[in-house]
Amino acid sequence: MSSIQRIGKTFRRTIWQAIPTVIGIVVINFFLLQLAPGDAADVLAGESGSATMETVAALRSRFGLDQPILLQLAAYLDNLAHLSLGYSPRYNLPVADIIGQRLPGTVALMATALVIALAGGIALGIVMATFAGRWPDRLISIVVTLLYSIPRFWIGLMLILLFSVKLGWLPSGGAATIGANLSGFDLLIDRARYMVLPALSLSLFYIAIYSRLARAAMLEAQAQDYVRTAAAKGLSPLTITVRHVLRNALLPVTTVAGMHFGGLLGGAVVVETVYSWPGLGRLAFEAVMSRDFSVLLGILLLSSLLVIIANMTVDLVQAWLDPRIETR
Amino acid sequence: MASLLDVRDLTIAFPSATPVRNLSFSLAPAETLAIVGESGSGKSLTALALMRLLPGTARIVSGRVRLRDDELLALPEIEMRRRRGRDIAMIFQEPMTSLNPVLTIGRQVTEVLQVHRGLSKAQARREAAELLDLVRIPNPERCLDDHPHRLSGGMRQRVMIAIAAACRPKILIADEPTTALDVTIQAQVLELLDRLRRELSLSLLLITHDLGLVGQWADRVVVMYAGRKVEEAPPGILFERPLHPYTHGLLAASPRLHENLHYRSARLSEIPGNIASATTQAGCPFAPRCPNRLALCRTNVPHERDAAIGRRVACHVDLTEPSRGLPHDAAVSY
Repeated sequence: MSSIQRIGKTFRRTIWQAIPTVIGIVVINFFLLQLAPGDAADVLAGESGSATMETVAALRSRFGLDQPILLQLAAYLDNLAHLSLGYSPRYNLPVADIIGQRLPGTVALMATALVIALAGGIALGIVMATFAGRWPDRLISIVVTLLYSIPRFWIGLMLILLFSVKLGWLPSGGAATIGANLSGFDLLIDRARYMVLPALSLSLFYIAIYSRLARAAMLEAQAQDYVRTAAAKGLSPLTITVRHVLRNALLPVTTVAGMHFGGLLGGAVVVETVYSWPGLGRLAFEAVMSRDFSVLLGILLLSSLLVIIANMTVDLVQAWLDPRIETR
Repeated sequence: MASLLDVRDLTIAFPSATPVRNLSFSLAPAETLAIVGESGSGKSLTALALMRLLPGTARIVSGRVRLRDDELLALPEIEMRRRRGRDIAMIFQEPMTSLNPVLTIGRQVTEVLQVHRGLSKAQARREAAELLDLVRIPNPERCLDDHPHRLSGGMRQRVMIAIAAACRPKILIADEPTTALDVTIQAQVLELLDRLRRELSLSLLLITHDLGLVGQWADRVVVMYAGRKVEEAPPGILFERPLHPYTHGLLAASPRLHENLHYRSARLSEIPGNIASATTQAGCPFAPRCPNRLALCRTNVPHERDAAIGRRVACHVDLTEPSRGLPHDAAVSY
């Protein structure tokens, strides 16, 4: 019961802090985007190849791009206040619809990558801490340093080369088999097959960070007095590690994982491009190229919300892991 | 009385030092044995060695530790694990850090019951509440769901004692159990330990540097210096007529009521030098600080011998002769 109250309290507090943050993000991003040369009308006109000055002007006035900047901002904020993300000139669709189509793909990719990164990183960290200073620790250290230093696009390409081109085990791009009418378990397997490579290449970098972090935290926790108490109780080494050491060692890992959530979105742009994954990252990239600022603003707004939610989740997870951190 | 725990010639070494040498003592059922000594005398390492929980690079080089019919040092690790917490339990100096901060008190008490006595979760919880009641924690049911940071140091040490007593061990090792607590709580914790000793008929190995505690609670005292036992006697006799010059010095350095001496009215005597000089010492480790050393003391380690019934001492000088007894302030004359 008290934990439900605690969640409610954290939630309310987060909402109050989120509102000014989000408004700030929207306004700053709006002005930043104005710095880019050209607008959506230029791009549309350029692509059609035969636009006259009149057509471009008509496009501008249709999308309100000929208005003064401050009026455009006011109009955008007004839209937001009515829970609308605006209209995309390029796709000729409401921004909310476009993002709505892409959001599940990206969230699924990020969540899978984060789970792989945390599970893999913590597992490697445990192994490294258990064998600290001996050869398994050294070996994993080297591998992990490699993962940390290899660029993400390159690892993506190499994974495609190995698993798709040479071995032919996994698809090289996309999110689902086109035209296959699958359902139930088969659908899940199909999606998972497409998910493996992008999620893996997105998470390898974070596996490196979390394993180093988990190793250090485990070693520190192992030296604590309560671990000696646990040993004096006659518990097995496995029980001591899982019950007494690991939980204390998870705190720094969750803190950093929460901060990485935003970075994961940025990394998604590269990975989604390499794997032609239909997600927000690629949408954002395309929106920049076509100066489709209403879509871009919508994505940035949504990303900031995701980061805020991620931080709230981290707060809650930490309060659950360590009762001494009571949410104030 | 047949001894319950018998330690023979225990030697503990780090790669660069040997902090405990040829230590022997025994513990009778339901007895309280105190091991006293200053910091660095090897008393805590001895305690950890009995549990086979020596830290890092410390190794037991030689010796035997018999608990009833079991040779503890020869047991495979998995067998030893079965005895820890069940036959031989331990509480530590620092109650503030000895409990896991992220687990509830209940979890930390019940886990030992589940491991050694195979109780179900519900049974273990009931038993845990009884244990907390046994160590006089008010409102035990509620305390089970609390986390350690909500308890005071004294309460946490009571929880530690409850955990140690959970499986009715034969031996309870208390390593400086009251050092981190304030004086009023100290007495309560020791009273509790003594009551448990009587009620559960367990033997208590009390490791301390506090001679005041020893006089009040111990049946027998082992005085350690630089990893060796220098003297062993019941506390009354030891305080009345210490034999070894080190014990002498220790007692002279403590304020005592009946002598009407207080550190505010007069300077306490001290033992010259420090224990560090003993580490590389050939011969008797106390020789550099000893007021009545012989030439022999520099070269030969004195062996432990019976000085009287129930008394043992390790000194070359025949201290039982009244003429060789030391004046109380002998140690100050440097």
